[in-house]
Amino acid sequence: MTKQKKWLLSCIAIAAFLAIVYVLEATIPKSSQWSMLFTVLEKGSIYALVAVSMNLVNGFTGLFSLGQAGFMLIGAYSYAIFTIPVAQRAAVYQYFDGGLIQFTLPVFVSILIAGIVAAVFAFLIGLPVLRLKSDYLAIATLGFAEIIRAIFQWNTLGPITNGSNLLRKFATYQSALFPIIACGICIAIICLLINSSYGRAFKAIREDEIAAEAMGINLFKHKQMSFVISSFFAGIGGALLAMFQTTIQASAFKAAMTYEFLLIVVIGGMGSVTGSIIASYLFIACREWWLRFLDSEAYIGDFKVPLLRAGFRNVVFAIIIMVIVLFYRQGIMGTREFSWEGLLRWFRNLPKNIKNLPNMFKRKRKKEAQINE
Amino acid sequence: MLKIENLNVHYGGIHALRGVNMHIEEGKIISLIGANGAGKSTTLKSIMGLVSKSDGKVLYKGQDITKSQTIDIVKRGIALTPEGRKVFPDLTVKENLLLGAYLRKDKQGIKEDLDMVYGLFPRLLEREWQIAATLSGGEQQMLAVGRSLMSRPQLLMMDEPSLGLAPIIVKSIFEIIKEINRKGVSVLLIEQNAKAALEISDYAYVLETGIVVLEGTGKELITNDEVRKAYLGA
Repeated sequence: MTKQKKWLLSCIAIAAFLAIVYVLEATIPKSSQWSMLFTVLEKGSIYALVAVSMNLVNGFTGLFSLGQAGFMLIGAYSYAIFTIPVAQRAAVYQYFDGGLIQFTLPVFVSILIAGIVAAVFAFLIGLPVLRLKSDYLAIATLGFAEIIRAIFQWNTLGPITNGSNLLRKFATYQSALFPIIACGICIAIICLLINSSYGRAFKAIREDEIAAEAMGINLFKHKQMSFVISSFFAGIGGALLAMFQTTIQASAFKAAMTYEFLLIVVIGGMGSVTGSIIASYLFIACREWWLRFLDSEAYIGDFKVPLLRAGFRNVVFAIIIMVIVLFYRQGIMGTREFSWEGLLRWFRNLPKNIKNLPNMFKRKRKKEAQINE
Repeated sequence: MLKIENLNVHYGGIHALRGVNMHIEEGKIISLIGANGAGKSTTLKSIMGLVSKSDGKVLYKGQDITKSQTIDIVKRGIALTPEGRKVFPDLTVKENLLLGAYLRKDKQGIKEDLDMVYGLFPRLLEREWQIAATLSGGEQQMLAVGRSLMSRPQLLMMDEPSLGLAPIIVKSIFEIIKEINRKGVSVLLIEQNAKAALEISDYAYVLETGIVVLEGTGKELITNDEVRKAYLGA
């Protein structure tokens, strides 16, 4: 397949996808249970953006950072604070005399500001934290994310952040196409970065720090760059999430949220953008839609199905990640990326693979053993 | 070209280099031999700025680079092929090579050097799109050498390029070192394989527990009784 042909195919696929979403949105009523599809598309896109940004740091640069929820929080708050209409501020900031900020910025400017504020915080946090390695880095970033959350809930900052109360009435979007396109553009930018010489340097740092340094790569500067850019897009993701939810509260951006993204990145494959995107949609679809039934009690005739109750969904997720870590460590995509040839090959091999499904785990282990030899 | 004066390095409480003096002349192959733990790798790492020096001076082309950062040292034209190859395993051969040229901005020159490396190692061209981890040990060593050449160095420092390779590949690696030297690159070579290293060296230093105990031309050392006893097994 030639390069132009591939470009053409990709453009057609993207246009077709957007057109389908547009048509579906116009035809499916909000009350139908199929409207869940839009929740999945919107939230899935936002999660995909944040997961890809996390993958940039964790998968491509090899830094084990767990601060994503904190940077999303910063993004979500920056966005919300700047877009609440002045007339509504008295109602939103009811305990703080209408708040300190008495102006509104356009949506696009606010989204950019959300990213920039998150990036500035990341820069400052990165100065001390990125000198740490592996587990210590994870602990430090996790700690910082929690500190950020605590600060945003602090009552003294109430005139700006509304303390621990909800922020609401800020500008949102009308069509599901908005988050899809916005996230698509952001992910495309991250992909360009990954395929540039900077991206190569990030990967070199992941593979071998000493060798990377001997090539003349400034370790700290590149780690800092990856961390700041990742946080910039996490901030934008946070802003979009705020628009999706229509209200936000700092208490929602707990460490548990970061783990959701970690789960997505691991399921999708550390070091694969495609994997993160697929895993995001799968994760959101399962959590919000397909696995909902696990949380409600069910009866077959008079027989109460055991185990099904509120919270059981999370148990199932825990089991899924354990299974993946034990048997399928590469995740869905490993470090591979989407390509049209790969897709064709996948379809061609599908019948064979289905036949081989029972042997899958066995064969995997054998291969690994050979590599280790 | 490179002058090392009274170089001292400490690792915690261990005094790894105790006043090493060396002189590397332009266009020559200089080798540094010695037993395990003598401080050979430490010497290279400290020249590169990867290990901090506690005392001493490193002069490159008359300029003091003792306190320079690695990135500046690479820019000045010194490259290191690290011990144990250290190629980037999950990147392709080409990506590995391009990383060697990371600090260079001249696209045309990079392309020329890429062709030069492929000319030197036709094997790498065959495997351009292969992941480095799937190469054999010898091919990985070729890749590591090729990668360090991509920064267009004037001084190439090689840390045990023959480590863990089959004898026939060791031979070709030494051939290639000579060829790189013929292209005008000065080489500082660390080797366990003292005989092969001394044979191709213009000058050599013998390091023992952080001190240079002997130095001389390759031919002198190869016939020296002490060296023969300790390193050549004769």
